[in-house]
Amino acid sequence: MNIVVCVKYVPDATADRQFESDNTVDRVGVDGLLSELDEYAVEQALQLKEKAGDDTEVTALCIGPEKAVDAVRKALQMGADKGILVSDEAIAGSDYLGTSLVLAEAIKKIGVPDLVMCGMASTDASGSVVPAMLAERLDLPQVTFASVIETQGDQVRIKRDGDTATEVIGATMPLVMSVTDQTGEARYPSFKGIMAAKKKPLETWSLSDLGVDAELVGLNASWSAVEETAARPPRTAGEIVTDEDGSGATALTEFLASKKFI
Amino acid sequence: MSEVLVVVDAVDGAVRKPTLELLALAKKLGTPSAVYFGGNDSAVTDKLKAFGAEKIYVVDDAEIKGYLVAPKAEALQQLVEKTSPAAVLLVSGYEGKEIAGRLAIKTGSGIITDAVDIEDGGVTTQSVFAGNYTVKSKVTKGTPIITVKPNSAAPEETAGAGEVEAFTATISDSAKKAQIVAAQPRKSTGRPELTEAAIVVSGGRGTGGNFDPIEGLADALGAAVGASRAAVDSGWKPHSFQVGQTGKVVSPQLYVANGISGAIQHRAGMQTSKTIVAVNKDEEAPIFELVDFGVVGDLHSVLPAATEQIEKRKG
Ligand SMILES: Cc1cc2nc3c(=O)[nH]c(=O)nc-3n(C[C@H](O)[C@H](O)[C@H](O)COP(=O)(O)OP(=O)(O)OC[C@H]3O[C@@H](n4cnc5c(N)ncnc54)[C@H](O)[C@@H]3O)c2cc1C
Ligand SMILES: Nc1ncnc2c1ncn2[C@@H]1O[C@H](COP(=O)(O)O)[C@@H](O)[C@H]1O
Repeated sequence: MNIVVCVKYVPDATADRQFESDNTVDRVGVDGLLSELDEYAVEQALQLKEKAGDDTEVTALCIGPEKAVDAVRKALQMGADKGILVSDEAIAGSDYLGTSLVLAEAIKKIGVPDLVMCGMASTDASGSVVPAMLAERLDLPQVTFASVIETQGDQVRIKRDGDTATEVIGATMPLVMSVTDQTGEARYPSFKGIMAAKKKPLETWSLSDLGVDAELVGLNASWSAVEETAARPPRTAGEIVTDEDGSGATALTEFLASKKFI
Repeated sequence: MSEVLVVVDAVDGAVRKPTLELLALAKKLGTPSAVYFGGNDSAVTDKLKAFGAEKIYVVDDAEIKGYLVAPKAEALQQLVEKTSPAAVLLVSGYEGKEIAGRLAIKTGSGIITDAVDIEDGGVTTQSVFAGNYTVKSKVTKGTPIITVKPNSAAPEETAGAGEVEAFTATISDSAKKAQIVAAQPRKSTGRPELTEAAIVVSGGRGTGGNFDPIEGLADALGAAVGASRAAVDSGWKPHSFQVGQTGKVVSPQLYVANGISGAIQHRAGMQTSKTIVAVNKDEEAPIFELVDFGVVGDLHSVLPAATEQIEKRKG
């Protein structure tokens, strides 16, 4: 079985995330890492590999700046077999359409696998649309937002907490899957894993390696434009009271009444 | 004026509130046309009409009901070709976003997700980085496809013409590959829907597993109940109650966080709430940086006492 896991390099959510003057996400000034939510996809890919046996190959694929190689390397340290970073200045500032195009073309070059696995959302854009777009571009079924995964041969069943119901979704491989953090903790790279990763194949591709026209991606080819970004005005400091002998409850009730919530 | 397609989110013949909000927003961009996947159900069409739908396309879903998003995207593509709408609006949820993603590729259109407002001319506002930034953007190519978060606009009860038109879509076999094998509708809690509620009262690890004080306050305020991931991971509440990055994103008038520390992933799901209140026994808890009003105290005593006073005031 072949699995491609799409891993994104994102600004650290606990750092001060910012925008550049051209309104693109600052991906260089802020420390980046493998998107936390994509670690769950790597973990599930590795569990499927362990279940299926040794000839299963897991390839970690990332589109991002040169520094994004860290995200691919982390996936290799966790246990992925191969890594591919697609990096090209022309890609900078791409929207979902551009990103999904490059991902889809890279997946075709790798060879469409049995499973394309994604996180449920990137922690910076949180669009949750790339997996559906990949499914559309690759003409594959999608089983998305999985909280539990079951496979039997080429049959896949997932459970998901949908908007209004808990659903079981089934499809036959090849398919695109996205997984949530409900699938279970992602492993930490072991010392052995870190050493082994150094010897694993890791390639960097440019757009020309993919035969993708640079005109089709990047900020200028984006199908949507950001006109303005503004830091949210800091919240004016709220009133904080310390409860003593029930005074907290009274103050809370007064506050809620003053705002007409009662 | 051009039509604006509003994709209806309805469960068992009941139109959900976020769809009514979309109808109100659609009026800013053109004339609202609702797209309903289902049978010709007058409870649905009457409601859509009452909230401003000029037209209602009913797409018979008998053939596509058991499949995930792809057939709906295909039907919408055909409807977009037929009507050349000014925009397509969907509710930001799993299904809305994924239909939007597929539709964007099919129609060669730009997409904006999680809008919290749309202005005339199609400029949308989004709240990003856990609510730390607001971003205004616009689709520049194709038909703008915009998913809008619940609670982003007030529904307007002004009737439209509500002209019902059956639309027959041709669905390909390749769109029918991901099957919904089973669906267990969420049990109603008898409280408002988390994402739609005007008030949300949440509990975290600080409840120690006892949600009675949370639920008592929620009921006194007519609120929905939410939970942090720590409370969900402990098995105290099902995942459908989780507020945050990997749970529900809520934007109520009032959010009350109890025994919740305020981790960035939790903030991502509630920071855009209009008024934020917290009860936490640790005065250093980061949640206090966000609040309009905070009580440093034990939720197990503060909440029941406050609930009692609120009930008294209500008389
Ligand atoms: C990938 C990822 C995704 C995540 N997604 C989410 C998400 O969607 N939603 C989410 O909530 N979290 C999410 N988290 C987890 C998040 O990082 C925090 O761990 C979590 O929010 C903590 O929950 P808590 O505030 O209830 O618990 P804690 O951080 O343990 O805080 C408990 C608080 O309760 C207070 N307390 C204790 N006893 C009392 C009492 N008797 N009265 C009053 N106060 C009391 C304490 O002072 C403390 O501040 C995610 C984490 C990761 C890594
Ligand atoms: N630049 C990228 N490189 C690799 N994978 C990506 C990239 N962007 C998005 N993805 C994948 O798509 C998922 C959803 O992303 P998004 O639609 O941006 O929320 C992520 O969890 C990743 O698995």
